[in-house]
Amino acid sequence: MSESRFKPGARVKVLKAYPLGHVRTPYYIRGHTGTVERVCGEFPNPEELAQMRDGLPPQPLYRVRFLQKEVWPDYRGSAQDVVEVEIFQHWLEPA
Amino acid sequence: MRERGHHDMGGLPAGPVDRGRHEYAEWERRVDAMCVLVGNKRLCSVDQRRRNIEALPPEVYDKTAYYEKWVVSLGESLIQRGVITTEDLARKMAEVNERK
Repeated sequence: MSESRFKPGARVKVLKAYPLGHVRTPYYIRGHTGTVERVCGEFPNPEELAQMRDGLPPQPLYRVRFLQKEVWPDYRGSAQDVVEVEIFQHWLEPA
Repeated sequence: MRERGHHDMGGLPAGPVDRGRHEYAEWERRVDAMCVLVGNKRLCSVDQRRRNIEALPPEVYDKTAYYEKWVVSLGESLIQRGVITTEDLARKMAEVNERK
């Protein structure tokens, strides 16, 4: 078991990383800062599962909320609109 | 070194989205069932299949249908795991091609 580092409300920044292999963190959200909306639980690491390993210990997964206008410079909707992305802990650092 | 995987298209211009429903062909149902079955038997993970789909060359990725990607990645995954060999698959595909 891995300890969850972040609590709901915490400000987090997504790593701007471009690893090989299968990753679940979409390109468009890398490098952006958001707020932890909830801790979703712990799950085997899909990056490891994709390489035929067991993905253990399970890794905390967070739902992180980002402002649309911050993610998309040309966003024309409401300034309050958000996009939520589920991101594993090892992709996040405190912001 | 590529930064963005070809499959990782979120936010790119894409044109209108077809929201219509459609029936699944019998082979599509079978592919889905096989993927569930090998998953339940722990013969491969959904993440391994996704990795194999994401590894398709962009031109193949763009011209293959959803379940075509699934069946290719399933075959690839089972070969990687040693469940089947490339020879098994080639023999079976030749057999299927013989059918009229």
